[in-house]
Amino acid sequence: MPRGKQQAYQKPKNIKKTLGFLWGYLRHRQFALIAAILMVFLQIGASLAGTAYLQPIIDTFLQPVGGNLTVAERFAGLGRGIIVLLCIYLVAVTASYFQMRIMIHVTQRSINTLRRDLFSHLQELSVRYYDTHTHGEMMSRFSNDVDTLNDALANSLTSLFSSVITLAGILGLMLSKSWALTLLTLAMTPLMFLVAGNIMKRSSKYFVAQQANLGKVNGYVEEIITGQKVVKVFCREQEALTSFDSLNEALCDSATTAQSYSGLMMPIMMNINTINYALVAMIGGLLAVFGNLSVGALVVFLQLARQFGRPINEASSQYNAVITAIAGAERICEVMAEPAEEPDPENAADLVEEGREFYWQTYDHDGKPSDRIPVRGDVRFEDVTFGYAEDKTVLKHISLYAKPGHKIAFVGSTGAGKTTITNLLTRFYDISQGKITIDGIDIRTIKKDALRRSLSMVLQDTHLFTGTVRENIRYGNPHATDEEVEAAAKLASAHSFISRLPQGYDTVIEGDGANLSQGQRQLLNIARAAAADAPILILDEATSSVDTRTERHIEHGLDRLMQGRTTFVIAHRLSTVRNSNAIMVMEQGEIIERGTHDDLLKAHGRYYQLYTGAAELD
Amino acid sequence: MKQLSGFIAPYKKPITLAVIFMLLDVICEVIQPTLMTNIVGKGIQSQSAGYIVGTGLLMIFVAFLAILAGFGNARCSAVAGVGFAAKLRRGLFAKVQEFSFHNIDHFSTASLATRLTNDVTQMQNAAIMSLRIMLRAPMMFVFALIMAIRMNASLAIILVVVIPLLAVAMFLIIRRAMPLFGGMQTRMDALNSSVQENLTNVRVIKSFVRQNYEKEKFKDANNGLTAASLKAMNAVILSMPLMMLTMNLSSVAVVWFGGGQVITGQLNVAQMTAFINYIFQILISLMMVSMMFVMFSRASASYKRIIEVLDAEIDLENSSSAGERPIRGNVSFENVSFQYDPANPEPVLKDISFTARAGEVIAIVGGTGSGKTSLVQLIPRLYDVSAGRVLLDGVDVREYTIESLRGQIGMVLQKNTLFSGTIRDNLKWGNEHAAEEEIVEAAKAAQAHDFIMSFPKGYDTWMEQGGVNVSGGQKQRLCIARAILKKPPVLILDDSTSAVDTATEAKIRQAFHTVLRDTTTFIIAQRISSVKDADRIIVLSDGRISAVGTHEELLATSGEYQEIYESQLGKEANA
Repeated sequence: MPRGKQQAYQKPKNIKKTLGFLWGYLRHRQFALIAAILMVFLQIGASLAGTAYLQPIIDTFLQPVGGNLTVAERFAGLGRGIIVLLCIYLVAVTASYFQMRIMIHVTQRSINTLRRDLFSHLQELSVRYYDTHTHGEMMSRFSNDVDTLNDALANSLTSLFSSVITLAGILGLMLSKSWALTLLTLAMTPLMFLVAGNIMKRSSKYFVAQQANLGKVNGYVEEIITGQKVVKVFCREQEALTSFDSLNEALCDSATTAQSYSGLMMPIMMNINTINYALVAMIGGLLAVFGNLSVGALVVFLQLARQFGRPINEASSQYNAVITAIAGAERICEVMAEPAEEPDPENAADLVEEGREFYWQTYDHDGKPSDRIPVRGDVRFEDVTFGYAEDKTVLKHISLYAKPGHKIAFVGSTGAGKTTITNLLTRFYDISQGKITIDGIDIRTIKKDALRRSLSMVLQDTHLFTGTVRENIRYGNPHATDEEVEAAAKLASAHSFISRLPQGYDTVIEGDGANLSQGQRQLLNIARAAAADAPILILDEATSSVDTRTERHIEHGLDRLMQGRTTFVIAHRLSTVRNSNAIMVMEQGEIIERGTHDDLLKAHGRYYQLYTGAAELD
Repeated sequence: MKQLSGFIAPYKKPITLAVIFMLLDVICEVIQPTLMTNIVGKGIQSQSAGYIVGTGLLMIFVAFLAILAGFGNARCSAVAGVGFAAKLRRGLFAKVQEFSFHNIDHFSTASLATRLTNDVTQMQNAAIMSLRIMLRAPMMFVFALIMAIRMNASLAIILVVVIPLLAVAMFLIIRRAMPLFGGMQTRMDALNSSVQENLTNVRVIKSFVRQNYEKEKFKDANNGLTAASLKAMNAVILSMPLMMLTMNLSSVAVVWFGGGQVITGQLNVAQMTAFINYIFQILISLMMVSMMFVMFSRASASYKRIIEVLDAEIDLENSSSAGERPIRGNVSFENVSFQYDPANPEPVLKDISFTARAGEVIAIVGGTGSGKTSLVQLIPRLYDVSAGRVLLDGVDVREYTIESLRGQIGMVLQKNTLFSGTIRDNLKWGNEHAAEEEIVEAAKAAQAHDFIMSFPKGYDTWMEQGGVNVSGGQKQRLCIARAILKKPPVLILDDSTSAVDTATEAKIRQAFHTVLRDTTTFIIAQRISSVKDADRIIVLSDGRISAVGTHEELLATSGEYQEIYESQLGKEANA
């Protein structure tokens, strides 16, 4: 089974553009490519020359028409012929080896660059892109699409190319031996293409059906296995099996048809070629007897006729692989064409650190440093309106003011727009209307990297990296010394549990921290934020997935972390926000209530309802 | 292969036919060069047009026969290969249905799904490939060898030299290349998993401005992969030129020795070229066989993963003395200890004893990891105790058949799932024969009826896989309704109202009093408000019962309970 056939038939849309994109990677290796092409010519030329050289050997020494050579002379002639033949073949083999070696080098290097560029580009893409595409989708660009492209470049491309050259070479040689037999062979060729095209069309139809059924079965298997424990609790194993059986049978039927059709290709193509071979033998035999075809020429022609079907076969079997690879390359190309995050405006403000103090360094129009403003953490939203899609506003006319060192909390249902606030503050997304300022500077005039360095985030999903505990904490600040890492861990109340780990700070965390408890992972997250030591802190549902007692433990660390920093807290649980300087109750993109905990309770509004359990969030 | 024989056995007939057809195909193919020899040799020498045309037509006839044989083989191998895969897939699925919770935990869900999908497809490809190419290569080898020897035994001596030479060379190349490919695969997997991690953590990377660090990290992994790939590929590409070299050298040898025989008149030119063709057929089949090894080494990874599932020992089955018994609802634990992994010395539950009388409401509280979920899972025998006994109406749960036990216990798991289908279909999981009124009654009790009716299609609303189109609180209420529909004598709610607001939750508990008056109910909850009306509250701490009592009793006596209470003090709502 050629590999391409297992995948859904996806036709590339813009072949020219995609090929141009690929050429961009091959271009730097054009000399190697030219060398490889030369090697292909050399190899095919030598191989064909070897076959053709049989004729003079046969006609002159083995079965000479006139009989004026002695047996000894014929043997001597055969010996010389053998040496020439040997040399020709050695050239062919050497050329073939170097051609492969060069192509593998070219392919691997190009794929290496492509993979690197793709990864770098992903790093620059906006969060919006990540939010609108699944990880599976992006992963599949990385693994499947790059892999098929790799295969196609390494194998299909050369084999397609050399098939064409071989075919041309064979035809040329044939013509030089006998035009009549060549015409006969050519007459068979359209038949081959016709049959091949027909089978391919039919089999692709059945493959689509097979793919659809396979999708259904796989989907069902995944759903049931994901809910397997529920199936067991309700004793529904038998029912699951019954539903599975009907899907599985449908798949079996369509797959049998599809596979039967695809299996037809090889025998039919091979034997059409054999029929051609038989016809050549028959007509050629007659020509040798009644015409003027030499036996040597006939023998060589027959050898060529045997080889004739191979390149056609090969080209048609590579066709699918190439199409699939181009479709994959096109998807990679699309990702690469996605615009990266908007570049910073010229002369954007930067963040400088002096000792333990941070300053905003602004620049004037000529790029000369102008003001140096200490970072205090004064954050203002002025009439901010925003929507992820243009027609759907998520935040409507939000205005708020966080005084330096204050703790501002946001509560409200999912979708009320709480997390959006942090997305805007970090400039993961840009606002459509209004203004956000930090210490009086519009955040759109601050370099993105500088802005983000001034903020630390602790998110609900505890994202850790494969690596040691120390590396994970240091992620917040690559320059942190070991002492600073430990100090950050102590601040976050994480030091004690880290010390109890088998290798302490050098314990390796694997697979997003599966070997730690949820609470421990969250503490590491907090320690990481502490190491970053940024003046503004964002806690997005930082304690939602731990129980109330663990939360108390974490809160201790959090409280210390928040000291002296402007903090934005987003929470589902109201306990987390009680001691905030201000609580914003959000509903459908608007702040419907604001005030301290006590103010809001007295107001007997939405917050009061939530607090007393009369209303349900979510 | 023993484990797979059961799945192969039903396809003995198509497999045998596939072999026969392939045999026919191969014979047709090896006959052709000999027929050609007859035309070029005998035909031309005897100058007989009739003989030439007759033999030519015979060649064409043989080619048609080969096409028919090819058809037959294609069909039979498809029937057998696809059928085998379907049977295997069913076998795996059925096996997973028998799995205990323990078995499910052992394989992760994602890996089980891969085994049933990708791995089975791999096996199907390998099976079809075996019946087509794999079968062809050795047959071709044998028959071409026979024809070559028949044609000219003295020239066949060339093969005695060439075949072992090529075989050894191929063996050496493959032996060298296999581990290199293994190394390449490892690096590939590592690269992919680090990309995966990068994608998941994009917000962290961006917010800590570490893109350049990530790029550097990737560069190393990428270069490592490229180096490993180059090494592996460069090892394996030797095989192609080597093959060409062998073929070419042997044809040169045939021309040399055969040519000599032609000159002395022992052989004709046509036979000589036919002999070259046979040598090619032999060597190509040898090459195919060796390539098969490479291909099968890929399939063998899938094979191993599949066998692991088939061989998994089901550790929880009906005992021989198990019977079907109606349950009234008295539950008691007698010195129960439990651990998930027998190798782990630290049990999850230690020496648990308590009794719940029919109709009581028992609440269980405790921190994460204190063993709450483990405790209730022992009641419907989702796991077996390591020591002690769990009794239902005084009878060990192991004395009930699993079907009768689980059929009478309603359970709402912590990580619960709805399935694609209508809301009604989903609720009917609780009781397939439930009448419409019963369904509505259960939904009302779970406070789900109102929101179900607010959907345009009501109970016929289509739920997407995993119930993603309803909110968390709504999903939990549907799961509760599904369990209530069972009208179980014992109901277990494992943290199943965490996303439901306290007011609604109170209504649900109220409804239990009327709908499930005689049902023994176990409630695991985080919120004190969810448990304080229970007849008894069990406080679990590190796998032990640290206190039992009513809310008021525990507030007076249990420090731990007080601590939980205080951590939630004054905020009944943590919705």
